Amino acid sequence: MSKGVSPKVDPANVLEKEELVLEGMDISGHWNRMFEQRTIFDYDIAQLDRVTELDGGESMGWCYQCAQCIAVCPVDHVGSYGPRKIYRNLQVGFDLFTDPDLWLCTTCINCLRVCPKEVDMMEIMPAVRKEAVLAGNVPAELQDVFEKTARYGNPLGKNAKRRAAWTRGLDVEVPVISDVERKVDVLWWVSDYPSYHPRGIDASKALARVLTHLGVDFAILGAEEKHDGDSMLRAGENGLFEMLAEQNIEALNQYEFDVLLTTDPHAYNAFLHEYPERGGEYNVVHYTQYLAERITELGLSEQVDLSITFHDPCYLGRHNGEYEAPRDLIAALPGAQFTEMWRNRENGYCCGGGGGGMWLDGIAAENQSMRLSEKRVLEAVETGADTLCVVCPYEVSRFEDAVKSTNNDGALQVLDIAELLAQALGLPTD
Amino acid sequence: MDSVVLLRPVPDPVEELELNDDGSDLDRDYLGYVLNEFDDHALEEAILLKEASGGTVTVLGLGSADEMEQILYTALAKGADEAIKLGDEIEHLSVTSQAEVFAAALEGRSYDLVLTGVQAADELDGQLSVRVAALLAIPHISVVVGADAGDDSVNVTKEFWGGITADYEVQTPAVLGIQAARQAPRYVAVSLIRQAQQEGNLSETDVDPPDDSSGVRLVAVRVPESGEGAEMIEGDEEAAAAKIIEIIRGAGV
Repeated sequence: MSKGVSPKVDPANVLEKEELVLEGMDISGHWNRMFEQRTIFDYDIAQLDRVTELDGGESMGWCYQCAQCIAVCPVDHVGSYGPRKIYRNLQVGFDLFTDPDLWLCTTCINCLRVCPKEVDMMEIMPAVRKEAVLAGNVPAELQDVFEKTARYGNPLGKNAKRRAAWTRGLDVEVPVISDVERKVDVLWWVSDYPSYHPRGIDASKALARVLTHLGVDFAILGAEEKHDGDSMLRAGENGLFEMLAEQNIEALNQYEFDVLLTTDPHAYNAFLHEYPERGGEYNVVHYTQYLAERITELGLSEQVDLSITFHDPCYLGRHNGEYEAPRDLIAALPGAQFTEMWRNRENGYCCGGGGGGMWLDGIAAENQSMRLSEKRVLEAVETGADTLCVVCPYEVSRFEDAVKSTNNDGALQVLDIAELLAQALGLPTD
Repeated sequence: MDSVVLLRPVPDPVEELELNDDGSDLDRDYLGYVLNEFDDHALEEAILLKEASGGTVTVLGLGSADEMEQILYTALAKGADEAIKLGDEIEHLSVTSQAEVFAAALEGRSYDLVLTGVQAADELDGQLSVRVAALLAIPHISVVVGADAGDDSVNVTKEFWGGITADYEVQTPAVLGIQAARQAPRYVAVSLIRQAQQEGNLSETDVDPPDDSSGVRLVAVRVPESGEGAEMIEGDEEAAAAKIIEIIRGAGV
């Protein structure tokens, strides 16, 4: 633009020249360069090309180094990481396919939220990891989990036949749908940690009691349920995901139910975005959403004298936009006080368990100053709350370990919202 | 260098192991099986040899376990060229009979090396590689932790006690009992296993289960009894820790 043009530009008057040589200099390009990639020729960008040539890796090349992602990347807060840094490293010959950096991203997508160029690590990282997995370049700890999940249908390597063992001797009935032999209103997708991990089982028992208290007609799949596969897909084991999805869809499609109720936000995410195109279309609801719609019917009566703060799971919040349901439930607990952590909702800090991070503790320990779960627990303690409420089964064990490792044992307890609701209903809590 | 790897399924300890009614064996009707961990290392070492100096890898899988096909397809996906399932009718064999079945299957085949695990979870005597070599009348070396192909020999590292290792040159053909491959068994993506499954490149050879010629007969299997020497410490972590410290102090440590 020449001098004399009004600072308030009327778009109708902008003369757009896609190709222009001015005083011998080629300045061709879209008038607003922000929307177009400007190729840099000063480097051998072969490593960057390897990423952008992948299905899903394209947007890595759109980065223009503004570094907004770095400010919100949970891994950068405990190390040196983030999409901008990965892009810069790729420009100068960094091999992402074999570097530990490949495994640090938790797919929390806070970077995508703030990225003006829509560089999508949710697509990029799984695409590169998929190639690494096919080449056999998998961290040993993750390899072990892949193998266990393929063999037993759960990442803990537990006996598949014992998936419903937690219901034995419970004071309420948790029927297995193959025994029920009729349509049920709610099929509860329990998931792995709530089926096998001691603290996950505590939350499952609480939820079973709450559902029974509500008079919900529900059943579980029992031994026919396998890991939902979502985290395996984000960790690059696409074949494992496909196998699990096929098996789960085959199991689910034998039965009739109105609502598929998930405990795990990762399963919720898979059922919403991955299973439908594979023949698994269900009316899927996260348990916090299901219960938040029934707060009045719940009739919460007992005092819960706790000061509570809440951690947003990435796969419920940022990925799927549900921030209110868990908060509505906490607000309904009689007598409970609620304080937000300073990073909440859209800017919630990741627990470190997503994208395979649940099983990459060694990689995290070697490359970060602390675990993301420890950082988050310190934030929770800062609020002065005595209870950290969670609604994702990856988190109870992660945060309880972090409470201990940050020397906050006794200062903060970690409870699933189902456990808090059971308390507020005067139901057994063992 | 052409290798043949002998693969045995072993009971999967993730299942609750139970004895059969007359107490003469595990109750195998309800058992799941996994590949013997040492055999997995033998396979890894064979594939490393192939990658380093060419040749082929053939895997022989023994027995009728449901998991056997999956084990063989996994081997093909990792880089084996040929997979053969031996004895679809065979359930559980003594190591003597296992050796006879494998040796019979190797008869008339051309190979430079036979590799198998130095032992198995249900065969701690480490007899398979020894017996196969004896039946084939070829050299044998066990507790191998790495091999390197020469022209008509193989250089192997054998592990002794106390961290001592020794290097041997072994004339081929030979049998190696593998303690550990040079690297941990590789990961093979599920999609590659499924691809191998679709290609279906698996053959089967019928085998008549041989009579056990060892003269050794398994009479009874028992669940270990808790000994009298054990003291169970009750109470929560703090109480238990205090009790442990008291015991250690009392013992004058």
